[in-house]
Amino acid sequence: MNELSERFEIQPPERKPAGEKLRCDACPVMCYIAEGRTGACDRYGNFGGRIVRCDPVTILEHAEGAVVPFDKEPWDGKLVNAKRRFVSAIGAGTTYPDYKPAPFIVSQEVEGVDLVTVVTEGIFSYCGVKVKIDTDRHLGPETATVRAEGEPVGHVTTAEYGSQMLSLGGVRHLTGGSKAEGRVTCRTLMELCNKKPVELTIEGGATVVVQAGAPPIIDGKQEARMRVGCGSATIGMFATQWRGLVDEVVVVDDHITGVVSEHQAGKVIGWADTGIKILGHRSTPGRYFKVSEPGLGWGGTTIADPLEILGPFGARKGARPGMSLLMVSTTGEQYAYYELDEALQPVEKPFPERLKKSVALIEENCEPALCTVLFMAGAGGSLRAGVTENPVNLTRSVQRMQTYVTCGGAPVYVWPGGGITLMVDVSRMPDNSFGYVPTPALVAPIEFTMRREDYIRMGGHVEEIRTLEDVLEKGGEYFNAREIRAAPEGSTWPSLQLARVAK
Amino acid sequence: MNGPVIAWLPDGRRLHMNHGPIDLIVEAFGPKEEVQAAYAQAAERFRTMLEELVAELVVLRQPVSEKQRMFRSPTARRMEAAAGRHFPAFVTPMAAVAGSVADEILSTMVEGRNVEKAYVNDGGDIALYLAPGETMKAAIAGTGHGLDDRLTIRASDPVRGIATSGWRGRSHSLGIADAVTVLAETGAAADVAATLIANAVDLPGHPAIARVPASEIDPDSDLGDRLVTQDVGPLSTSEVATALEQGLTVARSMAERGLIHSAALFLNGETRVCGPLAVTDDNTYKLPGRSACHA
Repeated sequence: MNELSERFEIQPPERKPAGEKLRCDACPVMCYIAEGRTGACDRYGNFGGRIVRCDPVTILEHAEGAVVPFDKEPWDGKLVNAKRRFVSAIGAGTTYPDYKPAPFIVSQEVEGVDLVTVVTEGIFSYCGVKVKIDTDRHLGPETATVRAEGEPVGHVTTAEYGSQMLSLGGVRHLTGGSKAEGRVTCRTLMELCNKKPVELTIEGGATVVVQAGAPPIIDGKQEARMRVGCGSATIGMFATQWRGLVDEVVVVDDHITGVVSEHQAGKVIGWADTGIKILGHRSTPGRYFKVSEPGLGWGGTTIADPLEILGPFGARKGARPGMSLLMVSTTGEQYAYYELDEALQPVEKPFPERLKKSVALIEENCEPALCTVLFMAGAGGSLRAGVTENPVNLTRSVQRMQTYVTCGGAPVYVWPGGGITLMVDVSRMPDNSFGYVPTPALVAPIEFTMRREDYIRMGGHVEEIRTLEDVLEKGGEYFNAREIRAAPEGSTWPSLQLARVAK
Repeated sequence: MNGPVIAWLPDGRRLHMNHGPIDLIVEAFGPKEEVQAAYAQAAERFRTMLEELVAELVVLRQPVSEKQRMFRSPTARRMEAAAGRHFPAFVTPMAAVAGSVADEILSTMVEGRNVEKAYVNDGGDIALYLAPGETMKAAIAGTGHGLDDRLTIRASDPVRGIATSGWRGRSHSLGIADAVTVLAETGAAADVAATLIANAVDLPGHPAIARVPASEIDPDSDLGDRLVTQDVGPLSTSEVATALEQGLTVARSMAERGLIHSAALFLNGETRVCGPLAVTDDNTYKLPGRSACHA
């Protein structure tokens, strides 16, 4: 009975001074509406002296790839029209539960082919985000609960190369738990999708501030770089550059700690034994697992002093006084230089100039650490009815790649298999593309583009098709403002796939 | 101008009817042909519903008095009758509009049809039809808390209307209740009672409560310059209790006069109940618990 809960969980109304009043003609009630207010239906309002449907619809402007050369050819005025415009679903409104056609069904000719884009704002009860946090620091054990504002909003899934993965939201947190859990989950998802920072606390782990496109802040410390590779990979990459500069190199890493003198990469260039002993589980020569517990110290371990992982140096195996030792983390952020004293004890010495270049090289090879947020949702429900009279036709058309799906103009990945389950990088979407309804569920723009004839064939709402020019000029039936924004970089229109659709 | 729109919800079972501020979810149960015919009757009745009401809107926005007024629209007559029973309280027939629309559509829908049960949900104000022996389950949405069990209404219960009102809802309220849910004989009776009980849950003159004249928000409001609640700030436990008791007094008085069956009042996580709210299988009345319940 969402009708009931939605009715009572609306945001407190903002107090605004009364201004000029208008008569709404959207229905026979003909509400007399004060400035800044909505009528009895809550869907039409008086904003800026006009009766409008709330948020502006956003039209993305895609500059043509090539700039018209002014100096060579006389300007024919084409530059004015050289921008492709794409009506995004941001602010398009929704017709939920889609008992009538989507708010905008727009036709546009692309490369000689008539394309139709059906634009709507989808209400996604089944949705969440997959968050990739570039860090080797231990954020929490697998399946640990991730909390926001004290409510469970997701969990730790796994680690990828140089990154920790979280799965947040999803229907079980949105509507499967307590009301507070649903509300906080909804807010967390919306903030993340709108590229705003969110603080997440991982049970038995770290507190991390996540923001799409920004470095993660882990337990108050901003992560700068991804590791160049695991410790073993680092040895492989840089062994030749250390040769002759230092007697031993240990690359400290949470996953695989590497030792150059034992590692295959050292062996092949004739690296001499050093009698070093690593306190960890040896995997293959020069590669050690579990030198420490995962943590926030060196190379994503708990280590603050790297000497903790070393056992006594063995004289019979090659250790000698004066032998030099470089210890470095996989990001090059932590490093130290030691020499063995007469008792074969490593003693820290000032870091020598000759090794600085190799450490800098490790750091340089580490990419900036970022948080990336992919919005994942299923568009399998009723919004399809706003596109076509036979909703499964849309699903099939998407699966056959005849219909190209975008979110706020950004390309999406559609999962194989049944339904329309998609993922989109929120950083490619225009800012503040996401909203919510109190169900709770997220509202996200979604556009379906296909050839006009395919649209007709699938049973589309053909009589509702309008030209782009008409939408730009007149807007919808009760039109909200048209807002033209630059399309985010990297979201080209038409996309490669769409160009193929056109052919 | 947008006309009435009637369409299936995606589940293919329920019908959605919308025209301006009227938004109905309609469902009937029974033999397929009977349900289809019932839906056709409901849809036919819905087409002129809003226009009929708009035609008499000016008078419907004026408060009831001792003398019952005549209206052409049967829906308007339901509104006037339901509101009139509360005279001398200040109330206009508009307080019963949602419940009356639900009652009117429901009664047209089941007339001459052999359906087992049916309901019309007008934005939370609900009218029910139950053939002998049938039961209907419903859930009450509060604001983050509620009743730990769904309501079960049996054909033998004197309840065919459920309505909810509060300042957070779409209509304006003179009170501060988050929600008041009422069970009554008809949707119209429940609707008007919920409105009046919600108005009574109040702390007059409390500084944490922001109020503005209704006319400032909605120039056509039937509440005129009466102050309607815009925001409720922090309240102490005893203030919450005081406000709820005010509402409870009004609810009890209505129950004694036979205007309502039961009511549940919600404010700041606190609940008061007047009358039996649910009937359990062993035929005893069950009072609501305090655990969370999502409707």
